[in-house]
Amino acid sequence: MYMRKTLIIAGLLMSTQMGVAQESRFGVPATQADIDKRFWSVFPDGEFLPEGEGNVAEGAELFEYNCNLCHNYPDENDPNKNAIGKLFGGHETMGTDNIDRTIGSYWPHPTTVFNYIRRAMPLIAPMSLTNSEYYSLTAYLLHENGIIGENDVINKDTLPKVQMPNRDGFVNAYPDIPEKYRTKQ
Amino acid sequence: MYMHNNKGKNLQIDATDHVAPGGLLSRRLFLNSALATTAALATTRAAYGQEDMVGEGQEDWTLYPGSDALEYGERSRFEVDRVRRTAGPGYQNEEFASLRTIVHRARTPHQDLMGTITPSGLHFELTHHGIPDIDPEQHAVVIHGMVKQPLKYNIEALENYPTITREHFLECSGNSLALWSEKPQEWNLQRMHGLLSGSQWTGVPLSTLLDECGVSPDAKWIIAEGADSGSLSRSIPIDKALKDSMIAIYQNGERIRPGQGYPMRLFNPGYEGNTSVKWIRSLHVTDRPAMSRFETSTYTDKMPDGKALQFTLEIDVKSMITRPSNAMSLKKHGLYEITGLAWSGKGKIDRVEVSVDGGKTWAEAALEGPIQSIMLTRFRIPWLWQGEPAILQSRAIDEFGRVQPSRSELVEARGTKGTYHYHGYQSWGVGTNGKISNVYT
Repeated sequence: MYMRKTLIIAGLLMSTQMGVAQESRFGVPATQADIDKRFWSVFPDGEFLPEGEGNVAEGAELFEYNCNLCHNYPDENDPNKNAIGKLFGGHETMGTDNIDRTIGSYWPHPTTVFNYIRRAMPLIAPMSLTNSEYYSLTAYLLHENGIIGENDVINKDTLPKVQMPNRDGFVNAYPDIPEKYRTKQ
Repeated sequence: MYMHNNKGKNLQIDATDHVAPGGLLSRRLFLNSALATTAALATTRAAYGQEDMVGEGQEDWTLYPGSDALEYGERSRFEVDRVRRTAGPGYQNEEFASLRTIVHRARTPHQDLMGTITPSGLHFELTHHGIPDIDPEQHAVVIHGMVKQPLKYNIEALENYPTITREHFLECSGNSLALWSEKPQEWNLQRMHGLLSGSQWTGVPLSTLLDECGVSPDAKWIIAEGADSGSLSRSIPIDKALKDSMIAIYQNGERIRPGQGYPMRLFNPGYEGNTSVKWIRSLHVTDRPAMSRFETSTYTDKMPDGKALQFTLEIDVKSMITRPSNAMSLKKHGLYEITGLAWSGKGKIDRVEVSVDGGKTWAEAALEGPIQSIMLTRFRIPWLWQGEPAILQSRAIDEFGRVQPSRSELVEARGTKGTYHYHGYQSWGVGTNGKISNVYT
């Protein structure tokens, strides 16, 4: 008897849920414009990188204008340090347990530089430059870190091919942290 | 022997009540109703020699009508210093530096709170690009990529769906990071562990919306992006998104506040806070992670061999004692309640053990129910302090048998340069003078 009742209730619940599921469709079709407005990611293999091209010299000029104020702002306690973290250098720390997390010493993918600065920089005016200008800034940052030559150009074909010094410096911890780094218990 | 508890009531303690050396007492003592009951206030009535107004001796709030209810309630004016931005020496400097980088941090004052729900106004906030002022009429989230039909949802559309309500903690993976430091830092409890809060979240299961869009069987990740001025972006495994992620629209019964992602946020129960992207506006279904800044240069943990752990997404089992802690000191010898919070990103807390001798001996604390999955669980145990030096520690064990490691066990496995995901013990050293400080054992 108990079983039968449970089954009837379960049946009722199931039909109710199915009914709700059928009615619960309130998303409206998203247009390409809807997506383009909100989606800014690019992938390490270059997917979604835009047209346009940049170079180191233009990047240097853009950096001076848009970035230098914060990124060369000295630390209050130590004028040799940057107040908001280093962008360059740190190669000598690679392979040690105290890596300076700069683009050159730590960032594993060149596309992340473009991906991040295009969506978030300059800090007080994000998205205020053109794709080519963001490519130029990316070129400047990679060059200053000793990763590309001063005459290299950066675009959707060349950027994904740039070899980052710390490309192999990461270990995937999803879904599980590798045995080696687990605590004993 | 007889002791006074802090409510002034007599309490008989005998040898059988001691559950570990150093004064830890049976948790049953605090469950005893006689003890839990506040002694009735002794009311004295002066004998009136003459006819007087009967309210003589009453406070003003009893003698005068009170104010009208506010449109939106406030705390007592005597409680207004219990706030998120007063976390002790050196803290203001950090805030000043942060203003220039627009990384704002507001930490939960756990020393002032009880229970497990953090009031919305005291929920921690860490924003990398400030808090946007979003008009909900102009905001929508799009789901696109490897789906049959890309769809767009505004707040009005989301309100049509059957919602789920869950209590969950949220923790920044940078919480407690000072405990990686080789020497103990004198950060107080709030600054040390304040990037952790607990709330009731209401929203639409992400799986409902993904089903509606028709996710490809080859999909493995979702790239989430927000509408803030950094369009903050994280890659989320599709298995997580389909399991228990939600688009949250309410927190503690009211619409989510701007600092928490108004009008909608992604919420990934048990995952590091940064993945629960606030002001969510794009969910791109794909087969690989985007390798965004916050999953490469930030929130990755440097290991002693020079490698860095990436996608350490789930918060490990963890606990801390909130009282007593270094946000206070012990003013007199006597009976104290040791209380704190325990949590696990995987599920429920099974038990919490407390030590007052730096981990030599442990006693099981009482857990305050209901114990919920991926939520803060409060523990408590009575402690008789008679002036001896002590080191207070807690360790949590979750329903999967995972044991919170000591700091030295964690450091042995991962070194001290990880920056994020600290989940070892917090040790509070108690001096003979009652002063409490952050110590290592």
